[in-house]
Amino acid sequence: MLTTDTDILTAAQGWREAGRGVALATVIETWGSAPRPVGSHLAIDQEGNFLGSVSGGCVEGAVITEAMEVIEDGRPRVLEFGVADETAWRVGLSCGGRIRVLVERVA
Amino acid sequence: MRLDLLQALNAERAARRAAILVTALDGSAQRLVREAGIGADPLAGELAARLRAGKSGLAEGGNVFLTVHVPPPRLVVIGAVHISQALAPMAALTDLDVTIIDPRTAFATPERFPDVPLLAQWPEEALAALPPLDRYTAVAALTHDPKIDDPALVAALRAECFYVGALGSRKTHAKRVERLAQAGLDEAAIGRLRAPIGLDIGAVSPTEIAVSVLAEIIAALRKAAP
Repeated sequence: MLTTDTDILTAAQGWREAGRGVALATVIETWGSAPRPVGSHLAIDQEGNFLGSVSGGCVEGAVITEAMEVIEDGRPRVLEFGVADETAWRVGLSCGGRIRVLVERVA
Repeated sequence: MRLDLLQALNAERAARRAAILVTALDGSAQRLVREAGIGADPLAGELAARLRAGKSGLAEGGNVFLTVHVPPPRLVVIGAVHISQALAPMAALTDLDVTIIDPRTAFATPERFPDVPLLAQWPEEALAALPPLDRYTAVAALTHDPKIDDPALVAALRAECFYVGALGSRKTHAKRVERLAQAGLDEAAIGRLRAPIGLDIGAVSPTEIAVSVLAEIIAALRKAAP
């Protein structure tokens, strides 16, 4: 827990105030053994810099890719990752859990 | 999320006040509800229950997400003693916001406590200078000296801190209970005081005692009934 949610949200605010495009990802639902609890945050900027986590590192890459599009078009997305999801299999959660992640732009 | 909402949320967090962010998943609406404003919100009942549990989650048939922000837990240590030298850095690693208070200037030196906020004042004075004690605060009294420990313990028990512990043998604790009762604390409040402090792991060295105290604080934080 070296990075607290406070640091993440403060960083997201600072990035946005500095004029960078920023997205915030939040774990909104989990099933089974999920690595990060509901409410966990990942902040992403337009360059792909990120802080925090929504899984133990399993799906962050996919969330960051999606976040780039959210920063671009401003439309929030709900992403789902897990063993039951065909498309997520490649970046699935090795722990066998499933998570839903909301990605929204900070505007 | 609108930047002004994020700024307002971060301001609440910095002031150690609870708040809930209400987000429609389709992006159509978002609002920040401060602890004081929950009663007037359309989702008042749901928000109050969420705040008590301290847990974020979906509501309104899964169309709305509630991000619950409660203040980050902090630890106030009374006594710049040997145990505190081990406890402070370990507690900081677990994300506790640590402050050390000890009026004895020989103990409360930056050399002994690098990187830790240190107040070389009596507890009454020092606590008045800090954000008020609250139920997101843990207090560990480690000086063995009633003149220093007792005022902090009384204040912590009155403020319903989530953890209040005091170092000392069972015998010294019996006398402490008498003093706390004389200070006007009722049996229930005194019953919440953890003494002897720390989980019973057979700790011997100051560092081991620090581990047992930190483990007890984490248990109080994570296993507490809402």
